[in-house]
Amino acid sequence: MQLFKSTVGRKILMAITGQLMVLFVVVHLLGNSSIFIGPNGINAYAEHLHSLGPLVWVFRLVMLTLLLVHGIYGAVVTLENSAANPAKYAMNTKLERGFASENMIWTGLLLLAFIIYHLLHFTARVTPGMTLQNDLQGRFDVFSMVVSSFQHGTIALIYVAAMIVLFLHLFHGIQSFFQTMGWNNDCSRPVISKVGRLVAVVFLLGYSSIPVVILARILT
Amino acid sequence: MSDHKTMTLTLIVWRQKNANDPGKFETYTAKDITEHHSFLEMLDCVNEDLINSGKEPIVFDHDCREGICGMCSQVINGVPHGGQERTTVCQLHMRKFKDGDTIYIEPWRAKAFPIQKDLVVDRTAYDTIIQSGGYTSCHTGGVPDANATLIPKEVLDYAMDAAECIGCGACAAACPNSSAMLFTSAKVAQLAVLPQGKPEAAARVQAMLNTMQECGFGNCSNHYECQAACPKGINVKFIAKLNREYLKALFK
Ligand code: HEM
Ligand code: FES
Repeated sequence: MQLFKSTVGRKILMAITGQLMVLFVVVHLLGNSSIFIGPNGINAYAEHLHSLGPLVWVFRLVMLTLLLVHGIYGAVVTLENSAANPAKYAMNTKLERGFASENMIWTGLLLLAFIIYHLLHFTARVTPGMTLQNDLQGRFDVFSMVVSSFQHGTIALIYVAAMIVLFLHLFHGIQSFFQTMGWNNDCSRPVISKVGRLVAVVFLLGYSSIPVVILARILT
Repeated sequence: MSDHKTMTLTLIVWRQKNANDPGKFETYTAKDITEHHSFLEMLDCVNEDLINSGKEPIVFDHDCREGICGMCSQVINGVPHGGQERTTVCQLHMRKFKDGDTIYIEPWRAKAFPIQKDLVVDRTAYDTIIQSGGYTSCHTGGVPDANATLIPKEVLDYAMDAAECIGCGACAAACPNSSAMLFTSAKVAQLAVLPQGKPEAAARVQAMLNTMQECGFGNCSNHYECQAACPKGINVKFIAKLNREYLKALFK
């Protein structure tokens, strides 16, 4: 089909799947912040999510599809782009592009690695160094699991580093989505770009705050 | 020319005998250059010295030398056309440089623009893209009255801004992906807003994009390097417009 072969079609697929994942990143951040309410907040939230039963699996399947489509086309377009530009300039001056826009494939692949680790850690719960128990109400104690994990400097560091990588990916990615969809013009583009970068900063600070306050023993 | 202060510059120039030659950089000295020389005139001086000493002159493309034809095509210190805003190489003047400067001069580099000799590349690929849809099919007959088809001023201005493209190739040369999206989008956008271009808009955008891909240009990653390098100030809003035209065409 046109959409899957065309240069713009594939970028549109990447943009939509990328932006839907950004939407998930927003919701996930809101959910995670229930940890600041304490064990009751996040344990109840987790219990509620798991009570959705088969819907959880439908949701996981959708997320997996988004990630696969986005990741595969990300790799395809990147390979094509380097094939289109085999000889580099001896003097390479950057006008508009920057570290974030040039390294989308690397920040993307690092995100993939992080997602796998993150699922093994808090979903499959098979990585070492955390307390797995039920709370007093008999719910799985997500709060203790998270707090005991982030009291390890290495684990907290991995999460903060991953959020820096996410920040870099979305620093370019969010405004790029609007350009790819054609939802901008020359007046709105700089504004969209700034707002997109601001959202990326909010993700960085919001997500990183959890491991940081736990490592600093502010949240125990 | 009132002042007789001259500059001496070191040029590091890409030399390549033909399409199959691997090519290499050579270093030259440009002497007695004044600030009033254009960049191409400076190269003319260097070439005269080379010819006088029995060496092959540096081959480069140029034609109008007044910034309208789009033939001149050199990457100067890593920037197509040398980095002065809205300026082609032929309109770049040596007052932008100072005595003792070292200047890198390279050809456009993109797989779709094969180097033919020194700084000359083959830009047929841009013609191929235009031939695949960058036109309107007109019926022959009498010349229509100028006021037969009315076009609102803002639409006309938009189309004229897009039509400023001189097809020099700087956008693809500047793009880290060697994508020709700015060039392709300027023509798609120009014709998509005009009544004469509208009937073929959907077929045009798909055909021109397919041809762009077939010619070996890369995909757009929205780096916006092209807009910064364009000597005619073509805006990346036309790429957004092309993307919209593409989406519309999908549902046709
Ligand atoms: C498998 C992991 C991933 C890989 C390999 C990957 C790769 C890429 C690449 C290479 C691009 C730039 C494409 C281009 O313009 O040339 C990109 C864009 C983007 N990515 Fe990712 N990415 C991954 C995961 C993610 C995740 C988890 C998110 C969201 C949280 C995301 C959001 C975006 C967005 C919004 C864009 C901009 C789309 C556009 O240019 O229109 N990506 N990705
Ligand atoms: S020679 Fe015509 S634009 Fe430079």
